Amino acid sequence: MATTDIHIHSDVHHHGDHDHEHEHHEGNFWTTYIFSQDHKVIAKQFLITGIFWALIGGVLSVIFRLQLGFPESNISWLKPLLGGWITADGKLDPQFYLALVTMHGTIMVFFVLTAGLSGTFSNFLIPLQIGARDMASGFLNMLSYWFFFISSVLMFISLFISTGPASGGWTVYPPLSALEQAISGSGLGMTLWLVAMAFFIASSLLGSINYISTVINMRTRGMSFTKLPLTIWAFFFTAIIGVLSFPVLFAAALLLIFDRSFGTSFFLSDIYINGEPLAHEGGSPILFQHLFWFLGHPEVYIVLLPALGISSEIIATNSRKPIFGYKAMIGSMLFIAILSFIVWAHHMFVTGMNPFLGSIFMLLTLIIAVPSAVKIFNYVTTLWKGNIRFTPAMLFSIGLVSFFLTGGITGIFLGNSAIDIQLHDTYFVVAHFHLVMGSASFFGMLAGIYHWFPKMFGRMMNEGLGQLHFWLTFIGVYLVFFPMHYIGIAGFPRRYYSWTNFDTFSGFTDLNMLVSSAAIATLAAQFIFLFNFFYSMFRGRLAPINPWNATTLEWTTPRNPGHGNWPGEIPAVYRWPYDYSKPGAKEDFIPQTVPYSETPESNLPHETKLIKLESSNGDNAIIVEGSH
Amino acid sequence: MSLIIGLGAILVLGVLYMIFRVTNLVAIAKGVKDDKVGPNNSLHGVLFIIFMVVSLVAFFWYSFAHFDGYTLPIASVHGKETDHLFWVTMAITVAAFVIISIIMFVFIYQYRYKEGRRAKFYPDNHYLELTWTVVPAIVLTVLIFTGLSTWNDITSPAKKNAEVIEIVGQQFAWTARYPGVKDNQLGKVNFKLIDNFGNEFGLDLADKNSYDDFKSLELHIPKGKEVLLKIRAKDVLHSVFLPHFRVKMDAVPGMQTQFKFVATKTTKEMRLETSNPDFNYELACTEICGQGHFSMKMPVVVDEWDDYVKWKQAQETWLKQNPKYLDKVPADLREAAMIKAGLEKDPGATVASVNE
Ligand code: HEM
Ligand SMILES: [Cu+2]
Ligand SMILES: [Cu+2]
Repeated sequence: MATTDIHIHSDVHHHGDHDHEHEHHEGNFWTTYIFSQDHKVIAKQFLITGIFWALIGGVLSVIFRLQLGFPESNISWLKPLLGGWITADGKLDPQFYLALVTMHGTIMVFFVLTAGLSGTFSNFLIPLQIGARDMASGFLNMLSYWFFFISSVLMFISLFISTGPASGGWTVYPPLSALEQAISGSGLGMTLWLVAMAFFIASSLLGSINYISTVINMRTRGMSFTKLPLTIWAFFFTAIIGVLSFPVLFAAALLLIFDRSFGTSFFLSDIYINGEPLAHEGGSPILFQHLFWFLGHPEVYIVLLPALGISSEIIATNSRKPIFGYKAMIGSMLFIAILSFIVWAHHMFVTGMNPFLGSIFMLLTLIIAVPSAVKIFNYVTTLWKGNIRFTPAMLFSIGLVSFFLTGGITGIFLGNSAIDIQLHDTYFVVAHFHLVMGSASFFGMLAGIYHWFPKMFGRMMNEGLGQLHFWLTFIGVYLVFFPMHYIGIAGFPRRYYSWTNFDTFSGFTDLNMLVSSAAIATLAAQFIFLFNFFYSMFRGRLAPINPWNATTLEWTTPRNPGHGNWPGEIPAVYRWPYDYSKPGAKEDFIPQTVPYSETPESNLPHETKLIKLESSNGDNAIIVEGSH
Repeated sequence: MSLIIGLGAILVLGVLYMIFRVTNLVAIAKGVKDDKVGPNNSLHGVLFIIFMVVSLVAFFWYSFAHFDGYTLPIASVHGKETDHLFWVTMAITVAAFVIISIIMFVFIYQYRYKEGRRAKFYPDNHYLELTWTVVPAIVLTVLIFTGLSTWNDITSPAKKNAEVIEIVGQQFAWTARYPGVKDNQLGKVNFKLIDNFGNEFGLDLADKNSYDDFKSLELHIPKGKEVLLKIRAKDVLHSVFLPHFRVKMDAVPGMQTQFKFVATKTTKEMRLETSNPDFNYELACTEICGQGHFSMKMPVVVDEWDDYVKWKQAQETWLKQNPKYLDKVPADLREAAMIKAGLEKDPGATVASVNE
């Protein structure tokens, strides 16, 4: 590690190695807060942008839930916001309904739960938890954020153009997404969507490559892979999945651009629309679906794994127990990461794909349920005989496990192709993925914010408000998504503006009203969080160095770590990150920086043997207690 | 009005903020306690138990009390099997769900922070982990194999004598085409032949199988006989969804798809069963296809076989409805076309009936 250390030192030198304690950088406002190359600042940039998008995405969903829950109501009061998309009689335009759904999905999956989640926590935690001064390349890291920013701007602009944003669903299946004649959102709106996603993919790749090389190359002395916290393992796998799958989406987007603008026929064939046959022949819409889901399914794990990593860390810390089955947790994440590449066609059972493929993908899909189950059992066992502190972060992590369980179980139905015939594209699917992916990851993100806020901003968030926020959101989310299972079993199709055209789907006005009301209340509860977040940033109680009595390296840095993270030498690591409540130890946690030689009272037999190794290479082991 | 609401909202927010500040200041004045946990730590353990009990009760109550409200009656042979699989999976997963939930929330409550207690250092247990890898794996294997055999049955090739019906999706309507009572064969189609004046199927009039094909805006199917839907789309993706028959298959431009099934209840029988004299089967679109996606409906009628045949015979052929397309029929086939389309009496048939 020594060589990389030196390299990094020279990299950050001009930013001032002199005084890390207070944020006295030599850069001006622009290089410190805007075009910063410091991973912590970039993480905060991702976080703030992610929160912004989460608000937009949430508001969009409440607008379309108004339509579904209260179809009779007059919403002309939204005219100042939506203008011509409100019809003369105060109703939402049916096409704009689809635009809202599409943008909601795109924003939540990509901008909030991919960029906002991975961007924030991979950036913030990887260097801090592996003991590095910064990312492998601060410059690429900065580019990663700014590509995301450009992508955000383009996507945001597309919300306001007169033909409307992309409206073909977040999966943008052609021909609908390729033909302006089919829906006006497939004009300029879709072009902006594609260009924005191209920037997004570039951003994501730059980020992922950086995360991977940082984890591989820049771990501090003693930080072997088997001593990495599960957060890092999760970010590491996530980045690998991203690097392997996002380029495929890029290819799909590129081919779609060709079909749209240059007359090629990759995805189009035999189309008669607007009174004329189109020239395209020989393309296949199914091909696009394969390409899309080759990213699309791994994407759900790109969204979920970081959240699982974060909650593993938080549950262990707040149960005051080692995470149960550390190796099994890594193993199941690895297994999930591999399998996630070979289950994509379970989204395509009834697309006309060869039924034999359906059989294969059903088999593979149900196999992926096994490592997921293992993770749940391990969480539950970690809680067993713990000494649980219900910090807001812990509450949200528990919420995550609950959603992961409730939502994961319905995957067993959907993964069974015979059952999926009826459930596909109904509200059952909406319930499933919102719980297992949407809400679980969202809770992971919130848990992460509550847990690492003290390290990010040097202050504590208000605990009572955080707990209130949790209960309102937890109950709200269940009220929103659980009833959707019933609606789905009854066959209600998704992406419907209204169901009243069908006798079969005309019931459930009561449940839909409940869902919409709960959605509004849940969104409102997020303002408690926003207040807490911004208020605490400036007025919160000053954070102690290690507020949660956690073992990992980030808590050995000063209250406000400067550029380079540790004022002196980077501490070395001697033990795994989960020495909580070790029998014999004085405290109920032993930081990773404490060598076994200092803890003879609590060492396990095989650890006593390791002491010799410590002294042979750890001659200049410096333990930074972080007492600033 | 909205001004008053706005002011009221601001006032409420202001009051809330004041309360927040005051409690904060009081806490600080009391001196920051250096407790390991907040004052209401145990409360959350209790809340989780309440949450668990209330939500499980609500879940079971609604699931049983409203069972008929959220389940659709089944009207196809394979639907019985897929629904059976669905409920078997439901039984297994709900059992697992309830057990795991209870264990989890009880642990959360029972092991909430207590002053002076120390958590158990329990990093792993390979037997335990092996058990809960193997048990789900076995259960899932069973589910996979029952699912596979059902899936294979459903997707196996249709019988030779199945009733073939073509369904065509377009923004935003469904049309059915029947092979005709004379030859029982669907004529060839080509999207380049589609026009706005009547040839909505793109019928190839050089193919003599097309002359007796007829169009219907209602989907009629017989009870008790295998039906093979041949599905295609003219513009964008659509998806044929027959909820009561547990049938779903996308309609794809450029690629024909299909789905076979056997209906088990006529519309009349279903009206009796649901005691709803207005009951009708419906076909819905379940693939986003544009702004009218939510209104893409086709009425469906299931008849006894005899009624179905009668209905078919009563339909006018497409060519009869669009006689101007006779021009497109090759000259040497025109006579046959006229006869097959029912535009002209079939001389053979007349002779036959005279002979009778
Ligand atoms: C563990 C984390 C999981 C995540 C994040 C996740 C996410 C998703 C998402 C986003 C969709 C919706 C796609 C769409 O139609 O727009 C989906 C559908 C689906 N999920 Fe999952 N899922 C997870 C677990 C599972 C499991 C464990 C299974 C199976 C055992 C499963 C099987 C399926 C299937 C088959 C569909 C397609 C359903 C359909 O289109 O009808 N998922 N999932
Ligand atoms: Cu998937
Ligand atoms: Cu549709």
